[in-house]
Amino acid sequence: MTDRTMIRIDAVSKFYGIYKALDAVSLTIGEGEFFSLLGPSGCGKTTLLRSIAGFETPTSGEIHIDGVPSVMLPPNRRPTNMVFQSYAIFPHLDVAENVAYGLKRLRLSREDEARRVGDALEQVRLAGLGKRQAHELSGGQRQRVALARALVMRPKVLLLDEPLSALDKKLREEMQVELRQLQKAVGITFILVTHDQYEALALSDRIAVMFGGKIAQVATPKEIYQHPRTRKVADFLGGMNFLSGRILGEQAGTVSVDAARFGAVNLGKPPGFTAADGRVTLGIRPERLRLLWDDERAPHELSGRLENRAYFGEVTHLSVGVEGLEAPLSMVETNSYGADDLPIGAEIRLAYDPDAFVLLAEDPPVSRV
Amino acid sequence: MSFLTQRLRFLPWLPAYMAVYFLFLYLPILLLPVFSFNDAATTTFPLTGFTTKWYASLAGNTAMLEAARNSLVVGVCVALLSTVLGICAARAITRYRFRGQKAAAGLIMSPLFLPEIIVAVSLLMIVLAIGLELSLITVILGQTVFCVPYAMSVLVSGFEGFDRSLEEASYDLGETAFGTFRRVTLPVVAPAIVSSLLVTFTISLDEFILAFFLAGTSPTLPLYIWGQLRFPAKLPAVLALGTIMIVLSIVMLTLAETLRRRAERRTRMASAPPQEA
Ligand SMILES: Nc1ncnc2c1ncn2[C@@H]1O[C@H](COP(=O)(O)OP(=O)(O)O)[C@@H](O)[C@H]1O
Ligand SMILES: [Mg+2]
Repeated sequence: MTDRTMIRIDAVSKFYGIYKALDAVSLTIGEGEFFSLLGPSGCGKTTLLRSIAGFETPTSGEIHIDGVPSVMLPPNRRPTNMVFQSYAIFPHLDVAENVAYGLKRLRLSREDEARRVGDALEQVRLAGLGKRQAHELSGGQRQRVALARALVMRPKVLLLDEPLSALDKKLREEMQVELRQLQKAVGITFILVTHDQYEALALSDRIAVMFGGKIAQVATPKEIYQHPRTRKVADFLGGMNFLSGRILGEQAGTVSVDAARFGAVNLGKPPGFTAADGRVTLGIRPERLRLLWDDERAPHELSGRLENRAYFGEVTHLSVGVEGLEAPLSMVETNSYGADDLPIGAEIRLAYDPDAFVLLAEDPPVSRV
Repeated sequence: MSFLTQRLRFLPWLPAYMAVYFLFLYLPILLLPVFSFNDAATTTFPLTGFTTKWYASLAGNTAMLEAARNSLVVGVCVALLSTVLGICAARAITRYRFRGQKAAAGLIMSPLFLPEIIVAVSLLMIVLAIGLELSLITVILGQTVFCVPYAMSVLVSGFEGFDRSLEEASYDLGETAFGTFRRVTLPVVAPAIVSSLLVTFTISLDEFILAFFLAGTSPTLPLYIWGQLRFPAKLPAVLALGTIMIVLSIVMLTLAETLRRRAERRTRMASAPPQEA
């Protein structure tokens, strides 16, 4: 990964009639970066990706690809290639012909073309399957053909629209690992559209979370998981306990907040933070709460009653009612110590780290007209 | 044993019914070739001997050859016209969503459900009203109207699921609009198009009523056969001609169906990635 900008998106909006699919989206994506667009269905991820590919023309705004203003360029004149959600394998061509499809226009010598096709197939671990017909391939293999067909063009940017969503869980996880390795190996920019937060967290250098045609936050996986800016971002990326707190005082860069039963906590001030009426929303992830066994002690403790329990194999999700809190706290315990056997109604104690709280901003209202 | 075969065991008369049904349906048609090779001018049993003379007599029959030429011209024109119109209709129906789409599709299909003789009479009235001369051209126009729904049904099943992303993938890989049409769109839907050409040609070849009303003085093959039925002595030659037409129709329709299925499989496959087992 370099520091050079590969894609610069400036205030791109896209209207379908009066419906706003993209609302003034701005982003920069670096050369060699694995970048994910994450958000719920309908938030505009595909529209943004297709605008970069050239299949949609933004209503306003500009997209620079490798420094070239591109919104008016057709897809066949952009240094981008796309892996379609349906894979779009040409059904009348075999695997090698599919991969060679775009090369035909380059009028390479036969040897050069065969070598590039062979290399690309090897890269996606399909060496030797060049003569297979498209309908003889499994879902995972089609996915690889689609990857090879795009990569063989040596694009500057590879665009992937939910490439793994048609695969079952096990294969999907394998392909995630491969996709990441492939990106490292070819070193070009990958832009991945997904609605699966785990996929985005596991694969990306950076993630943009989108809601309602707008970008809510752009950050590294760790940053976005640990310091989500708003309640919706926090919620979308995983479980989160929300509580409302009262501001006790503001210092440069930090605020101290009365977090109900958790006592006073000091929190980093997110950029642009304002608390008009002194009320704020706080969040703490379930795995940052820890069950205390027997006479184990912790510097910060809270006691409550087990209200509910759900068994997930390696972990158990607990729901703990604490007096003075609006909602029960969720927490996650590994099943090494018997959390899956705790009786409902049991009195339990839990430990927390006051530094694990995050201050969450209000989400902007969603309006798509 | 499946549920269905279990049930079938309790219906012992079903095979017998099927045998009678198919006998009734195909026996008359099977008699055609039988008598066309029979060395007698009457179509009665017992058969008197094998001959190919009725077939040989066709070769020298100029009126019949003229009718065959007319049928060929009409068939080719109808196949081309109705397939071109069918392509437009099928594409509009599978690719776009517009107001009145269902109604439009229904109206295009309606000649299938209207009594053909009524369609023929109405067309004749219109042709006469606008002062067109009855000729092969009017037959072509009439049969085209009648064949478009068949063409459209065949083509829709080939185009359905022709995923737009195939064309997009082609653009994305650097191809132009024309190149995309030539290298992706056409080859993927080609089997369906050929299938439609074969089906409509066959329908035109066998079509009688529209031709009867609209042909004027140049007969097509079915009209020629109709004319010959007045002469009992010519019957065996007509049977020979009929046999040839049936064989031709069966061959072309089988080919058409094979191609249609292939087209359908291709487009299905392209649009729906399989779930991993
Ligand atoms: N061609 C189109 N015409 C009208 N609305 C569209 C079109 N394409 C997308 N949309 C709408 O724009 C919104 C964003 O779509 P999309 O980018 O596909 O979302 P995502 O990929 O995040 O699920 C959706 O509500 C969708 O219905
Ligand atoms: Mg999408």
